[in-house]
Amino acid sequence: MDLNTVWFVLIGVLIAGYAVLDGFDLGAGALSLLARSPEERELHVAAVAPVWDGNEVWLLTGGGALFAAFPAVYATVFSGFYLALMLVLLALIARAVSLEFRGQVASPAWKAFWDAAFGVGSLLPAILFGVAVGNVLHGVPVADGFAWQGSFLGLLNPYSLLVGLTTGAFFVMHGALYLRVKMEGALAERMGRVARRAWVVFLVLYALATLSTAFASPFLFGRLTQPLGIALTALVVLSVVGIPLFTRGGRARWAFTASSVLIVAMILVAAVNAYPILVVSSLGLDKSLTIYNAASSPRTLATMLVIALVGMPIVLVYTVLSYRVFRGKAHGRGYEAV
Amino acid sequence: MDALALARLQFAVTIGFHFIFPPVSIGLAWMVVVAEYLGWRKADEEYVKVGGLLGKLLAITFAVGVATGIVMEFQFGTNWSRYSMFVGDIFGAPLAAEGVFAFFLESTFMGLYLFGRGRLSKGMHWFSALMVAVGSTLSAFWIIVANSWQQTPAGFHLVDLPGGGQRAELTSFFDAVFNPSTLPRYFHVVTAALVTGAFVAAGVFAWHVRRDTGSAFARKGLKLGVAWGLVFAVLEVMPFGHLHAQQVARTQPAKFAAIEGLYRHAPGNAPMLVFGVPFMKGPPPTPGMAAPIEIPGLLSWMAFGDFNAPVKGLQDFPEDERPPLWLTFVSFHNMVILGVWFIFIMALAAWRLYAGKLYDSPGVLKALVISIPLPVLACQLGWVAAEVGRQPFIVYPGQQANGEPFAGLRTAMAHSPTVGAGEIAFSLVLFTAIYLSLFVLWLFLMIRKTRLAANDLAATGAAGCGADAA
Repeated sequence: MDLNTVWFVLIGVLIAGYAVLDGFDLGAGALSLLARSPEERELHVAAVAPVWDGNEVWLLTGGGALFAAFPAVYATVFSGFYLALMLVLLALIARAVSLEFRGQVASPAWKAFWDAAFGVGSLLPAILFGVAVGNVLHGVPVADGFAWQGSFLGLLNPYSLLVGLTTGAFFVMHGALYLRVKMEGALAERMGRVARRAWVVFLVLYALATLSTAFASPFLFGRLTQPLGIALTALVVLSVVGIPLFTRGGRARWAFTASSVLIVAMILVAAVNAYPILVVSSLGLDKSLTIYNAASSPRTLATMLVIALVGMPIVLVYTVLSYRVFRGKAHGRGYEAV
Repeated sequence: MDALALARLQFAVTIGFHFIFPPVSIGLAWMVVVAEYLGWRKADEEYVKVGGLLGKLLAITFAVGVATGIVMEFQFGTNWSRYSMFVGDIFGAPLAAEGVFAFFLESTFMGLYLFGRGRLSKGMHWFSALMVAVGSTLSAFWIIVANSWQQTPAGFHLVDLPGGGQRAELTSFFDAVFNPSTLPRYFHVVTAALVTGAFVAAGVFAWHVRRDTGSAFARKGLKLGVAWGLVFAVLEVMPFGHLHAQQVARTQPAKFAAIEGLYRHAPGNAPMLVFGVPFMKGPPPTPGMAAPIEIPGLLSWMAFGDFNAPVKGLQDFPEDERPPLWLTFVSFHNMVILGVWFIFIMALAAWRLYAGKLYDSPGVLKALVISIPLPVLACQLGWVAAEVGRQPFIVYPGQQANGEPFAGLRTAMAHSPTVGAGEIAFSLVLFTAIYLSLFVLWLFLMIRKTRLAANDLAATGAAGCGADAA
């Protein structure tokens, strides 16, 4: 495996880590918009409050790693997605401050405002990340020399919006399954029902999106019949089927695990089939950004690999430690004095 | 305004606004570490209260810092795509390293610090605060590495790209990380953050002492803030400010000429300009200084340790390679004035403290309260001097690893060609409005927390921060 491929995998790991971890934060945040009582909303917040910030770092590190390993992708896509990305950033800002601000003043209007900011700030990225993925897979107008020829409205094409709704439904389901683990009694039951409903919506959208991909980007099915493609597809199918089975059977942790496996497997299926392309050009596959024409020098990729190999195991150790400290059910007053 | 001017304005707004918070967070995090350590090891309830209040202020500041920092990670790509293409091979690595070595650490342990009370042992809880402080200080290191490489690039060479154009490629990671300005700037910036934290603490507890002279926790917090503040206010200027200025004189002579207001070439005995009003128009020599107060020879000596050392003036550089004089000079000098004030007020407070009279010195206490925002202002001014003084280059000229000269990358050649003025203007207005609201909210909550603390702490003892954040 060459260094470029290693970094293709590592960027994939960062994206998958972000989707699994911040994915449930975003879903739980979006679901807090539907909470039926202030006490229930407190539980949504309490379940994510101690860990969301660490989870979001997967995104920041992913951005930094993309800049370091594939600067042409970082430069071309982020400038091309300018307005869309600004919208995501605004939403993430709203989410970050609302969690800290909402409890600071004991006024219903104050709290309602920040709760709305928390919910919308969570829901919007859950959909917009999917729209971005849709565009990257469907193809964006990149001419020779990585010259961007797209527009903001061009990003809102039907295929990408469909992928956006699919990820939105997935993250809502993922968040509900997480809350199912962190809640008790009737609320936990309700989260199970929400997750099953979201599962149906997700399944329909995912099927539609897969079907559309056959027309939009047929090359993304190129490796489906190879052993790795078959194995990953099987993993997707198994975890999709597993979610409702585990949820019905009251195995909340297993259901959440299945959902985590599902998102990782979906990302892998797309990655394996797209390899070595990072961003598809709609002006011709040969103009696409690949792990070779968009990459940094071998020396930088090697240096970065050392940084990742030294740093990430330590990160994983204290991330696990943090989740162990906050294991168990969420309580209304955060995790204080449990 | 055209897209370039708007992109520059947007960068100035997003980074300037973000940079209000990290110095406060870093400084407060270390104050919390010290206060909670004293509270824990000495079993001193008053220090626990000091740590509790500072921890609450830290939590609010940290949240706004995180929120505004997200933008920083992406805006090189959104607004400066040609820059990103040119420097990605070098500049991306410190940003990624910041994520791996710093952001994960501070964010994860911030969660443990804020919500772990009752779930963690006292020792582990203190350790969490320590890791927040270490993480945020490491974060400053990597971001200073990235910015210092723009100031004094090293460990790279230029490579022609197959599709035309050039980019800088890494030849030595070590040389790029420890480029000539990294360490002088890092120590200068980190001590500035420690001064900022000390002034917040000293000011907050001075306010409480003014309100209730007998308050034991406020007295201890004040003592801590003043001691800490005096030490770092001195270190900030001497040696770290001085060493940084010497490094600028060696490695960025045009910037040095601008911050010192030296227009004409000085073959030796260069004067130190203590005061002056730069003017840009009028009869030659323009630009120049009105009403200058100069100390002959001092600048040569300060910069190079030799009264006879020549110092380059702005005149020595072609007109299109000179940084803007006015903004660079004025921000630098006001920063220096503030630095002197920090030493003065902290020394005065320390002397009154030593004499046992600080708690009965309303004037000094009031001055400490009023001084709370000044280190943040000094940080901003220093940052403006550093970044405007680098202009008109986004990557300062220097030398490649193979000894070939590097002509620098001009800011005007670095922005995203595909992002239009309208798009930037739209998002700039939106972000500015949101940032202004966030700033007002942050101030409101910081002041409110400080005011309420007296009653809270009296009523509930050392309450954890979890209740606030939940």
